[in-house]
Amino acid sequence: MGGHSNWPEWIYIGVVVALMCWVGAEAWEAERLVEHVPEGAETIIVTGQQWFWTFEHEDGTKEIGELHVEVGKAYKLEIHSKDVNHSFNIHDYVVLMDAIPGRVNTVWFAPTDAGEHDIQCREYCGLIHYNMRGKLIVEDPTA
Amino acid sequence: MVLELQKPRPIWQIMFSTHHTDVGLLYLISSLAFLFLGGTLALAIRAELFLPGAQIIGDAMTFNRIFTVHGTTLIFLFIIPFASAVGNYYVPIMVRYKDMAYPKLNAIAFWMIPPAGALIWLGFADFTWYATPPYSIISAPGPAADMWIFGLKILGISSVLGAINFIVTILKCKHPDMSIGQVPLLAWSFLSSSLIILVAIPTFAAALLMLLTDRLGVSGFFNPAMGGDPIAYAHLFWFTFHPEVYVLVIPAIGMMYEIIPRFSRKPIYSYNSGVFAFVLLSIVGFSSWAHHMYATGMSFTEKTVFMVGTLAAVPASAMHVFNFVATMWNGRIKFSTPMMWAVGGIALFFSAGAGGVANAAMPLDFTTHDTYWVVGHFHLFVMGTIAFGSIGFLYYMFPYVTGRMYNETMGKIHFVMSFVGTVLVFFTQHVLGLYGMPRRIFDYPPIPEWIAMNQIATVGAMVIGVSMAIFLANMIYSSGKGQLANTEDPFGVGGKYYYPFEAKNPSH
Ligand code: HEM
Ligand SMILES: [Cu+2]
Ligand SMILES: [Cu+2]
Repeated sequence: MGGHSNWPEWIYIGVVVALMCWVGAEAWEAERLVEHVPEGAETIIVTGQQWFWTFEHEDGTKEIGELHVEVGKAYKLEIHSKDVNHSFNIHDYVVLMDAIPGRVNTVWFAPTDAGEHDIQCREYCGLIHYNMRGKLIVEDPTA
Repeated sequence: MVLELQKPRPIWQIMFSTHHTDVGLLYLISSLAFLFLGGTLALAIRAELFLPGAQIIGDAMTFNRIFTVHGTTLIFLFIIPFASAVGNYYVPIMVRYKDMAYPKLNAIAFWMIPPAGALIWLGFADFTWYATPPYSIISAPGPAADMWIFGLKILGISSVLGAINFIVTILKCKHPDMSIGQVPLLAWSFLSSSLIILVAIPTFAAALLMLLTDRLGVSGFFNPAMGGDPIAYAHLFWFTFHPEVYVLVIPAIGMMYEIIPRFSRKPIYSYNSGVFAFVLLSIVGFSSWAHHMYATGMSFTEKTVFMVGTLAAVPASAMHVFNFVATMWNGRIKFSTPMMWAVGGIALFFSAGAGGVANAAMPLDFTTHDTYWVVGHFHLFVMGTIAFGSIGFLYYMFPYVTGRMYNETMGKIHFVMSFVGTVLVFFTQHVLGLYGMPRRIFDYPPIPEWIAMNQIATVGAMVIGVSMAIFLANMIYSSGKGQLANTEDPFGVGGKYYYPFEAKNPSH
């Protein structure tokens, strides 16, 4: 204490605070864009239960463990759970939303290329949590 | 202390003693025992994940139980009691009082730990250290889950009692000649973390009771089938446990504040900014709990509020780092073992903090949440910062406790191996998270990147394991046969050491 000047510390704290403001502002802006569900997105009802996923499309078709979607369309996923907490995740499209019993959470995405991606549960949900997986199959109807 | 090995007393005299050094010794020994027990489970987890498929653990249930008990043990039975051990030895001396304010309460708080530990270990629950409902209500098998709940309940009471004791000792029992602005930073760290405990733990105590009655079927607070809401539990849990991470980290920072100036042979750069940052952290720590819950379906506004609250804690942590670096600057640094651990811990603290900023930014969190990134991130804190600070301080207090010197070369080997191992395990886990590997999984698909990363992490964990064996050997051998330490200045850095004779035990 005493005998030294404090300005290096003030400058340093100023830089840290400025950095945090910048990170916060960028994150806020990005999140705002990400949360805006495009109009005309098709709704898919996603249900998690120990230990698999089921999907119901707008036209009533149901799928278990596999989700077929088309390139170029936007989809709004309504996430439900029948028993305990799960978390619906398509890592390749940064889709992540918890499935909580008694609640409906929504998240959206729009696949860009045809292909297959992993779906997995990311919230610990008991014995087979490690293998609560599924496949996202993106099809290109024009191809 | 010291003296046990030089002037042996019957073991029951230490066990039934209420003197702060005896209680500190009990805390120290039990927390180290749990460090090794919990560490063994970590090695089992890592060995299982070395390759995809079931190898040594064999089934998912056992695996889930192992990681639950590993986490619970190391957080509640190693880190927290270790801090209490240090506090018991040093806080009364630092405020120049003869003992803790309530010595009997102090001993009682310690003796709650062994039964709690026994409940947790014998139960072997599987619902992770969050015990999230509704899984913990409707699916987690009893009596394991109930034993875990009771164990944690007892530990909560124990830490509240300990916190009251520290607060009263520091505020009421300090020497009248000493103003609060002269209390050493280590004691300040105990003051701030104890205040957090008093505010935070009762919330979790309530949540645990509600969880228990839900399990018994008489209430439905968190059970949607009975009209409850699982998210309410998440709020109560994180309202306690986000601030609780500061309870863990603040004493470790306090320990570094003892070590860094001593071995830099310079006074601390800014005492005031250290105090300020402790107080700030313990307040701001409460403003960020829901950043663990971005993916539970919170509104955009809620998410924004908690992101701001989280980012606000960063400058306070950054002030400590600045203080450390500024203290070492131009110092005549002596890299004895405690100093190496402290400096290594600061470096890892910095990297963990940088990762934390990324987690706080809400859109980024969706790539990392509940993946191995998170495992890597919080382990950089718990292992890289808190355990490093604690182990460094353990070496520092070794001559104080035993009156002998540990083997310096073995201490340095221990440090180098642990540091390399920590980087190998936990940096790699960040990468694994970016590749999308979820946490808490017993088995994983044979994706080449995942296999490679898991193997590096497992090798790193084994390196840490070996270094810990060296550490154990060093501690046991040196406390009995090590060279007698120069109790006035055991590390040869000049200046004042806290002499054992300042803590005269009445039964010596
Ligand atoms: C060599 C040191 C360590 C290694 C290799 C290690 C490894 C692991 C692994 C592999 C997991 C499981 C992650 C998952 O599947 O989600 C885990 C979880 C955990 N570890 Fe460690 N760990 C170490 C040290 C520590 C320390 C020192 C602490 C605390 C003081 C700690 C606290 C935890 C906690 C709280 C969990 C979460 C448990 C849960 O998911 O419920 N670990 N650790
Ligand atoms: Cu699941
Ligand atoms: Cu799961």
